[in-house]
Amino acid sequence: MIRLRFFASLRETLGVADEQLELPEGIGDVAALTRWLRDRGGVWKHALAERQLHVAVNQVLATPDTGIRDGDEVAWFPPVTGG
Amino acid sequence: MIRVQTADFDPGAELEQLRRQNRGRAGAVVSFTGLVRDLNDGEKITQMTLEHYPGMTEQVLADLEREAQARWELTATLIIHRFGPLTPDDHIVFVAAASAHRKQAFLACEYLIDTLKTRAPFWKKETTPDGERWVSAAMEEESGPTG
Repeated sequence: MIRLRFFASLRETLGVADEQLELPEGIGDVAALTRWLRDRGGVWKHALAERQLHVAVNQVLATPDTGIRDGDEVAWFPPVTGG
Repeated sequence: MIRVQTADFDPGAELEQLRRQNRGRAGAVVSFTGLVRDLNDGEKITQMTLEHYPGMTEQVLADLEREAQARWELTATLIIHRFGPLTPDDHIVFVAAASAHRKQAFLACEYLIDTLKTRAPFWKKETTPDGERWVSAAMEEESGPTG
């Protein structure tokens, strides 16, 4: 299983904060998983196409080629605005 | 030290605590306090709600402290960030750096707040008379609630 997390405006657009999922067959990195989620269609297709989105794997900022393995936590979120 | 909390904090008490902890070793403590403004991007703000990514937030803030401590000679650093619903005039964030020398303390404090703003996973949502809106990173750069 992998855990997916979505934050802030992205969480509201998708209507999902947290999701558990069997790692889909053949999906090995952030770019592939993001594409797989976009293929769900509807709001997923557009919301996850946003260029400015950040992705973290196991709570560390990741890049499209960061690998994903069973047990990982993957989070998508808009640019941060704290402070 | 790092604290991520919904509760308010007292900047004066935090500074006094730092002074006590660093007794004799720190010649300077520089701090930054971020507050909620009542106006942003021309709109009146009645409430600001901060969301964060528990776990990652603490890791990022700990990284920032380690980076600052590696770069400057500091006797202590402190980062406090609130989350949840806040109203204008409330404290949002407190950052402090203590050092034997003021220059190091100034530079470290600025580094901590600048990097916090671009790396710590917090998001602000404002409530205005017209409804709610997420603060964008672009809005923050131009006229952010905490400068």
